[in-house]
Amino acid sequence: MRSFLLRRLLLTVPVLLGVVTLVFSFIHLVPGDPVQIMLGEGAQAADVEQLRRKLGLDQPVLVQYGRYIWDLLHGRLGTSFRFGEPVSQIILSRYPATLQLATLSLCFGASLAIPVGVLAAARPGSWIDRLLTSATLLGISLPNFVSGPAAIILFSVVLGWLPVSGRGGPAHFVLPAVTLGASLSAILTRMVRAGMIEELQEEYVKTARSKGLTETTVLLKHALRNSLIPVVTVLGLQFGTLLAGAIITETIFAWPGVGRLTVQAINSRDYPLVQGCLLAIAFTYVTVNLLTDLAYGLLDPRIKYR
Amino acid sequence: MNLFAILRAVGSNRLALFGTAAGTLLILVALLAPVLTPFAFESQNLPLRLRPPSAAHWFGTDELGRDILSRVVYGTRISMSVGFSVVLVSSLVGLLAGSLAGYYGGWFDEALMRIVDILLAFPGILLAIALVAFWGPGLEKLIFALVSVGWVGYARLVRGQILKVRELDFVRAARSLGASNARIILRHLIPNIIQPILVQASIGMAGAILAEASLSFLGLGVPPPLPSWGAMLNDGRSHLFDAPYLVLFPGAATMLAVLAFNFLGDGLREVLNPRLQSGSRIAR
Repeated sequence: MRSFLLRRLLLTVPVLLGVVTLVFSFIHLVPGDPVQIMLGEGAQAADVEQLRRKLGLDQPVLVQYGRYIWDLLHGRLGTSFRFGEPVSQIILSRYPATLQLATLSLCFGASLAIPVGVLAAARPGSWIDRLLTSATLLGISLPNFVSGPAAIILFSVVLGWLPVSGRGGPAHFVLPAVTLGASLSAILTRMVRAGMIEELQEEYVKTARSKGLTETTVLLKHALRNSLIPVVTVLGLQFGTLLAGAIITETIFAWPGVGRLTVQAINSRDYPLVQGCLLAIAFTYVTVNLLTDLAYGLLDPRIKYR
Repeated sequence: MNLFAILRAVGSNRLALFGTAAGTLLILVALLAPVLTPFAFESQNLPLRLRPPSAAHWFGTDELGRDILSRVVYGTRISMSVGFSVVLVSSLVGLLAGSLAGYYGGWFDEALMRIVDILLAFPGILLAIALVAFWGPGLEKLIFALVSVGWVGYARLVRGQILKVRELDFVRAARSLGASNARIILRHLIPNIIQPILVQASIGMAGAILAEASLSFLGLGVPPPLPSWGAMLNDGRSHLFDAPYLVLFPGAATMLAVLAFNFLGDGLREVLNPRLQSGSRIAR
């Protein structure tokens, strides 16, 4: 177990280095002079030169790269051009809002998917199974920039039950979390259903039934427990997708998280901030994937680490 | 399974049939856009701004008085052309990279897998958003950004399939008969792994349509006045209270397109490999 942990951690290092290199190279993809673009067409030459020096873009690329890695190792992500504050500080102030939203969406997705998936798998091929399976495809195909405004029209404009946007009390969480978690919930439902159908054909389920256990006990205590293992992996992997989805959801609901910050930074051509946001999301994604891999082994003792 | 057998099987699967019908309809709408639209998609008529659906403007008008129906129909053209371009180029690049890596192995395989690992360290659309953010908006840049992200899935899939097939007897037989490596890859390996690629391509089409709409929604996609469903949804957000039809029609069109190709992919998967149950590879 310890050697697996070490190996898995070591494998993460080149991936993270690759991510950092890619994000660093982005500023060199900008067509033309990135500093001129940041300051606008009418900027004074002296201002352009000053910002170029401040961003270190007057140095050779290798020096820039070395400095970028060095700064990163010391927790420095540069200074935001728009806010005039350290990028790391801005991201840290917005990060909790995004994590809260993503975690709530994950909880919503899982708490809806598990009972619905079990219900569909209990009678595979029945009308309720077909209805629920079709509903999941609809849910997966419904983009959050469609479901978000639709939810606002229904629950905020027509019914007046929930606030339109912003981050305040618990009511503010409902629409963004449900919008972000809806398609995750649909994917998980399909996974729970597929896993349950597979488990229900196993010998231990026949044994449980022949012992005279009720169908509910067989479903929930025996089959569900085993079918949840791959679901946990998907939950972990989908967390990253939620972070990316948060960019749109946060924009729709004016949620003050890293996603909305990314869009604001892109629109104001604040490249150091864009790079910082990308790194924050990618690092979170890699970390969650790492934790999921480790959790997978803990959940299923049959999996041997080699 | 040859092409005719696949088509016959598609006809017998309700999901695939619905997906094919809806996909064909969308392609026809895209091709016949100039005939189907009552107005030019860019023609403005300010006195008629924000009019609800009527006999003259079936889907209403937007805040510049443009006909929403015409813009939704022309938006189909953008979505379909982005979808097809992205799927075609991504699958070709993925097929080439994945088959070379899977067949030859060695340093190329190692290098490819490390690149794949790095690209997969970014959640889905985030990398495309990043690329477009730095490159700037534009149709070609958008397609290029989506291809830069999209080929990875195909390369990984193809590599895995080639690794499975390359040691089978028929490949050894071809090799012992003196077939060249190129001939083995093109004539023996690729035809035998094409089925999962078809499924991936169909789901990838839904993904590309969704990604284009997402980027356009964020203002990073197709530049105005070209009509994109995502951009129309974004424009309509400020009128959710007084003109909800601004988001209703482009939203429904996006959903139909994504649903059609997801249904097709899901149906194809069932048809081509009935043992596989519906999983999580669907585009979202």
